Amino acid sequence: MSTSLTFLLMDAPYEQSRTATAFRLLSAAVERGIGVRVFAYEGAVSLAVTQQKPHANALHGRSLEEEAHPTPHLWVSALMEAAKEKGVELDWVNCGLCVDERGATEVVAGVRRGSPADFWKMATETANTVVIPTR
Amino acid sequence: MTSYLVVESRDPFESHGFARRCELAAALKADGATVTVFLVENGVIAARGSARLRELEELARSGVAVIADEFSLRERGIAVPDLAATVKPVPIEAVVEQMTLGVRVLWN
Repeated sequence: MSTSLTFLLMDAPYEQSRTATAFRLLSAAVERGIGVRVFAYEGAVSLAVTQQKPHANALHGRSLEEEAHPTPHLWVSALMEAAKEKGVELDWVNCGLCVDERGATEVVAGVRRGSPADFWKMATETANTVVIPTR
Repeated sequence: MTSYLVVESRDPFESHGFARRCELAAALKADGATVTVFLVENGVIAARGSARLRELEELARSGVAVIADEFSLRERGIAVPDLAATVKPVPIEAVVEQMTLGVRVLWN
């Protein structure tokens, strides 16, 4: 069985540097051919919401393209694509109760709904687990 | 032997948590574990030699390795020659590698 790692994310998009750090870790794992399982908990379920939109920056006079605003759901999609190209596992589970609380139902294809029991299963089935907590 | 990677993301001058995490790392080491502290995000502020942090000196004395995320260093304009002698810059892949080796990661 190939190596896989589990990551639990908690921060909502556009809040903390740790979201970018988490995505860098996920990307590094996939690029090395390591399978990744993500359990998105609390605000992190919004990372994959497809209604996120980039915007221009009128204050600094920058257009939409110049601003190049980060859009986390595109990062999730890119990870899915990279994993597919590498032929490695990428399982992304959003906590169902957290989804309901936030109405975060329209998400990137491939992201599935689950419960903390899925996180337990991930943690017991993969080589290692890291919890990246919110502050 | 149990190995730990203690991830510190907070600015040492902004949070007492930094000192507590260093104490934890030293205690784990004293208990016989292999311990590495990974500085990331604002945690790399501690990596500057000019910061002269007592906690880093104590980690070095304890035998705890300290590594710092290259990307976070670049983001904050901290050049490698400016790092404390005991801090080694590493790419984020170092964390993934440690995880695949079964190292327990404690994230703060």
